[in-house]
Amino acid sequence: MVCDGNEAAAWGVALSRPDVVAVYPITPQSSLAEYISQFVADGIIQADLMDVEGEHSVLSVLHGACLAGARTFTATCGQGLAFMFEPYFRTPPLRLPIVMSIVTRDGITPQCVWGGQQDAMTVREVGWVHMYCETAQEVLDTIVMAYKIAEHRDIMLPVNVNHDGNYLSYGVEKVVLPDQEEVDDFLGEKNINWHVALDPERPMSVDPLTGGAEGSGPALFVRYRKGSCKAMQNALRVIQEVHEEWEKRFGRSYAPLVEEYRLEDAKYAIVTIGSMTGAGKDAVDLARESGEKVGLIKIKTVRPFPVQTLRQALSKVKAIGVVDRSVSFGWNCGPMYQELLSTLYLLDERIPAISFIGGLAGADIRIEHFNRAIETTAKALRGEEFSEPIWLNEKD
Amino acid sequence: MRRQAREPFDESTIPNDLCPIATERIDLKTGDWRAERPVVDRDKCVKCATCWLYCPTQCIQEKPTWFEANLEICKGCGICADECPHHAIMMVEETEE
Repeated sequence: MVCDGNEAAAWGVALSRPDVVAVYPITPQSSLAEYISQFVADGIIQADLMDVEGEHSVLSVLHGACLAGARTFTATCGQGLAFMFEPYFRTPPLRLPIVMSIVTRDGITPQCVWGGQQDAMTVREVGWVHMYCETAQEVLDTIVMAYKIAEHRDIMLPVNVNHDGNYLSYGVEKVVLPDQEEVDDFLGEKNINWHVALDPERPMSVDPLTGGAEGSGPALFVRYRKGSCKAMQNALRVIQEVHEEWEKRFGRSYAPLVEEYRLEDAKYAIVTIGSMTGAGKDAVDLARESGEKVGLIKIKTVRPFPVQTLRQALSKVKAIGVVDRSVSFGWNCGPMYQELLSTLYLLDERIPAISFIGGLAGADIRIEHFNRAIETTAKALRGEEFSEPIWLNEKD
Repeated sequence: MRRQAREPFDESTIPNDLCPIATERIDLKTGDWRAERPVVDRDKCVKCATCWLYCPTQCIQEKPTWFEANLEICKGCGICADECPHHAIMMVEETEE
């Protein structure tokens, strides 16, 4: 079939057979909310659809549903995600395996309804698993995989499947719909609330006061925090296993954590995330034709941060240029650049790195922008220093 | 521990570092950390129920000719004393005991 990324996401949800879905529309997620509603009305998704009054209630409703044993889904972005933040923060330590699409949108203000990754990047440190998709097909496939990852007994964490607002949400592509029976077999029996539940047969108080200055409270708090961190590290393994199983069953393969493109003999590389990667690969191919030894590293999984996998990729090159679609205000660079710097510390050798910021507020990152990133990174390889970030769409 | 309607859930069936849950009830009394307590002057109290209406913890109990706070629950906020139209309630500092 042919569809855009938002419809592909809705099909991924339909195939995963959720019990409860709650949505509140916000651009550029709105059509995804509409597809979900339509699918429920048409009986394609046999779930309770909760039309609530805002995103804070959306996620709160899903907390209750999850505790009652339901498989759940929602989607949001931008200001909707901001409004959702209070229950969003509480979801991972409650260990609720909710799957949520963030159809990424830039941060307001300046007033803006277009794509950018500022929303998802801003909330990356809260304990949700974060995966970024490159194509509509990957959106569909990753949503199904996300349930298997979230509900894995070694993880039990919520998962965000992120796709670029405008470019993936509305871009129409060919998408293959997996067979329902095969997906059922892939996902297996669901058991959402084996560990924490609202169930009269298993009476418990969920999330009692934990912590304080005295008694066993602080140690208990540490235990739960360590448990969440451990689950995140387990996710590095499980995300790979689930992607491998997906490839075996459905024949489509994605780099689960980090993709290396033409890196074997590369002297330097650009680092990308999300849908910009296609243009990045084209630019790398063109530069290769004119003799440049350049490669590309794409990050799919941002949380947990794949430190060791990235370290291996980075150890193959002598300079990197990181293209971010969002901003770290406090560091005057892109957030992935900031995290790549931490990873570079693990290398034996010190190599130059440049921060590029592009694609804000719906701007396109085209081949010409990547050409500039490649040329500049080549200069850094030859010893030129760049202390400021380079804003790719500044002069468009 | 107060008697529970059902047998407690067996926590040992799940890893102990997953989600904060409680399977036994321990009463925590909000009156345990009060700095001041409300004392009612029964001569002044006309039993108008203003204190009962305003108390945020709903701890005001009805007595034969007056109202007074249940000190297991009362947090000592002083709203009742502030609202009493007959100035019948004094906030008195709690001592060490």
